[in-house]
Amino acid sequence: MKKNWPLWEIFVRSKNGLEHRHFGSLHAADAEMAMENARDVYTRRNEGVSIWVVESKYITASNPEHNGEMFEPAQDKVYRHPTFYDLPDEVKHM
Amino acid sequence: MSEKEIKNLEQIFEARIARDEKIEPKDWMPEKYRQTHIRQISQHAHSEVVGMLPEGNWITRAPSLRRKAALLAKIQDEAGHGLYLYSACETLGISRDELYEQLHSGKAKYSSIFNYPTITWADMGAIGWLVDGAAIINQVPLCNTSFGPYARAMVRVCKEESFHQRQGYEIMLTLCRGSEEQKAMAQDALNRWWWPSLMMLGPTDAESVHTEQSMKWKLKRKSNDELRQQFIDQTVPQAELIGLTIPDPDLKFNKETGHYDFGEIDWDEFWQVVKGHGPCNKERMSARVNAWNNGEWVRDAAMAHAEKNEKRKVAKAS
Repeated sequence: MKKNWPLWEIFVRSKNGLEHRHFGSLHAADAEMAMENARDVYTRRNEGVSIWVVESKYITASNPEHNGEMFEPAQDKVYRHPTFYDLPDEVKHM
Repeated sequence: MSEKEIKNLEQIFEARIARDEKIEPKDWMPEKYRQTHIRQISQHAHSEVVGMLPEGNWITRAPSLRRKAALLAKIQDEAGHGLYLYSACETLGISRDELYEQLHSGKAKYSSIFNYPTITWADMGAIGWLVDGAAIINQVPLCNTSFGPYARAMVRVCKEESFHQRQGYEIMLTLCRGSEEQKAMAQDALNRWWWPSLMMLGPTDAESVHTEQSMKWKLKRKSNDELRQQFIDQTVPQAELIGLTIPDPDLKFNKETGHYDFGEIDWDEFWQVVKGHGPCNKERMSARVNAWNNGEWVRDAAMAHAEKNEKRKVAKAS
């Protein structure tokens, strides 16, 4: 049975101090090739100082159809935000 | 799902797009949205990949090392653009192999302009200036299209594209400042590429079957005719600046509209090339198919090598 090169997700840190960000994906036979290809496909103009490659099958994604039960519970928890608390105007910086 | 439920989902979906929300791959989408996007994104990717072929023709014959390095970098960008777009397309649930198969079997189309030959060095100038110029006009509005992965790929593509156009125009400029023969070569290239470049922006609005739906999904923000007018208005002064003549006797600035009026486009030629009867359709496809078939053993060997290494790693660990 013929095997195709698996898909890899590419994350690039654009400069130190910033996080790695998802840049896109590509196909490669193994991690080493994914790294080489990521350099050529996503950093031809100094876009990065560090690259992560992760085979796509290892990423577990949430299902947008379940966004209700997943994310809505946070909506009615206004007390998690600083503006929920009433303070006298005299308190300038808090 | 019942028909009524689907109708309901479709309404919610269209409303999201109307509110400028982005659609991401795992979101529910109408089947037609998926199919239309697979068609357009893959066609775009194929155009980037086939677009490398007419330029590859001149790498070894570039007139200087500076020109050669720039041309190589441009072609490498096009490979990159093809890859961004294929990846975006695959998020819609089609595999890379299926996409290639559609290109190689002729089921999928690519921009018909790449079926014209590149017979002189000036063609590298004309392609960068005109073909990439027209492509930019097509692509910039797509940075805001509704499908997230396509929009993100287009942002990256557009950032890189302006170097392509500038290097092309610089080639034309240099030829125009050169000998009589060099200037004539530049004019000849403009003569051959002008009309196909206008056709590249697509059939007239009256003939275009996809426009209305595409506007709704923000796959299109302006009609083909508007884009074409924009391209002409911006390109004519650039030609004048380097002393070249646009090969259209009917071209004239219209003071009332503030736009250039232009002559009739030969749409028969356009449809002939789209249907596969352009000067290089067969050559382009056979170059693609051969590259794919002759590379098969390399792809298989890389996979076998990766599997062997993986097994070794596992054996070492145990």
